[in-house]
Amino acid sequence: MAQFNWRMPRWFHQMGSPKWFYNFGGLLQPWFTLAAFLLLTCGMVWGLAFAPADYQQGNSFRIMYVHVPAAILSQSVFLSMAIAGAIGLIWKMKIAFMVARSCIAIGATFTLIALVTGAIWGKPTWGAYWVWDARLTSTLVLLFLYAGVMALNQAISERQIAGKATAILAIVGTINIPIIKYSVEWWNTLHQSSSFSLTDKPTMPSEMYLPLLLTVLGSYFLFGLVVLTRTRAQILQTQNGASWLMQHKDISGAK
Amino acid sequence: MYFESVDALWHMAGHGPYVWSCYGLFIVLLAANVWHARSERKQALKQAQAFIRRNSNYQANTYVDAP
Amino acid sequence: MGFMLAIIRRDLLLVARQPAEMINPLVFFVLVVALFPLGVSPEASLLSQTAAGVIWVAAMLATLLSLELLFKLDHDDGSLEQLLLAPYPSWCLVLAKVFVHWLVSGLPLILISPLIAMMLFLPSDAVPTLMLSLLLGTPTLSLLGAIGAALVTGVRGGGMLLTLLILPLYVPVIIFGASSVAAAALGMPVDGYMALLGAMFVFALMITPWAAGAALKL
Repeated sequence: MAQFNWRMPRWFHQMGSPKWFYNFGGLLQPWFTLAAFLLLTCGMVWGLAFAPADYQQGNSFRIMYVHVPAAILSQSVFLSMAIAGAIGLIWKMKIAFMVARSCIAIGATFTLIALVTGAIWGKPTWGAYWVWDARLTSTLVLLFLYAGVMALNQAISERQIAGKATAILAIVGTINIPIIKYSVEWWNTLHQSSSFSLTDKPTMPSEMYLPLLLTVLGSYFLFGLVVLTRTRAQILQTQNGASWLMQHKDISGAK
Repeated sequence: MYFESVDALWHMAGHGPYVWSCYGLFIVLLAANVWHARSERKQALKQAQAFIRRNSNYQANTYVDAP
Repeated sequence: MGFMLAIIRRDLLLVARQPAEMINPLVFFVLVVALFPLGVSPEASLLSQTAAGVIWVAAMLATLLSLELLFKLDHDDGSLEQLLLAPYPSWCLVLAKVFVHWLVSGLPLILISPLIAMMLFLPSDAVPTLMLSLLLGTPTLSLLGAIGAALVTGVRGGGMLLTLLILPLYVPVIIFGASSVAAAALGMPVDGYMALLGAMFVFALMITPWAAGAALKL
């Protein structure tokens, strides 16, 4: 019987090297900054001033261009955090725990933005800031999940153990997210017969759709930028005294 | 532009406060995150430089003190 | 299996020596439920409408209250470390401890729930559903809680943290548990709810011993 040899590609293991990650991240960082800035600026200006108003919701529809990226990212970031955590647990990669740790604050921020903009959008649409809408409710639960991850990560002072504990919680949370989502949706249909969802549009013309694409992409780049910056900062903190770092131009040739 | 004037863009037929506050929140919170990440990096760089300074002093001292 | 039985026997013996551990969650449960009519209104029609949710939320809080000590006492006196060194997988330990926890905190809640239901004017037709939903739901609560309890073992001030970690995970259980009782009160079929609660229990049984075991070994 032929033996199956489970091997990850070379770049995967390179990613686990602090030096390689630090340098490669440094190469990517300016491009991520540029992409995030350009995409978000263009998308937001387009969405604010140039996209046509919705025939039903009028101009409040423009909130979509910030609400939807935040809502998408809030879930993507949690998933990324869990994947990074799983990589850290399986391949014992310290960098992966640092990446997961870098995800927490930005993910919670996106969730908060999604929640607050959703509530503000609700005022002109439903006539109230808060209704127990399925999406808003599950976003609220997601914010609680982030709060738990954040609290756990800060409660344990030993970085390595905190990383592992956070990874386990993030994985369990990620498994739970779809269950929570569907149960909340089901609960919502049980209790509220008439409320139309904010963003369910069967057809959207492209001039309405394209700005959204830009802000979503821009948000992804911004997320990448923040994770790179914070992970590299953590590498600096933990690799104190490593010779590659001490001779690095970022430190020796710094202003 | 979709609106006729800057004033119309600001008011958005009554929806202005809602739309602008959402965009403002989005920009402010995300900028705060980027700024925080950057300050974290700056601090870490400073620490690493301080480490080098301490370390080189220590080496120099031992070198001088050695017989 | 012998290992698990030994743990179960030991933990039950420990509980028997300190029965307060078993009674406190129960008193807490009754107390929380009794506060609702005082805070809201003693009107029968209003109470019977909210009874399902109130009982489920109180059961959840009572479970959480007792979860903090699930691994903490063993951790503090050092026996947890020894148990983890034993040549058995850590999920055996978790399963045995969770079983005892449910026996001590979940089962009494189920047994006392008809009394509570009566106090809140829940229609008597819904009482069997209430008990069955608690029977299927409380083990899930104990299992999910074990992950949190394992994660906060050895962390100072773990009780509050545990609540923060675990409550969001309880959302599906409470939705289906309370809905099943509400449906039964209206005379609607409840098989679907029971199937979902059962599915969640089986799913939790598959995942949580692994996760809690991994968390204990940190």
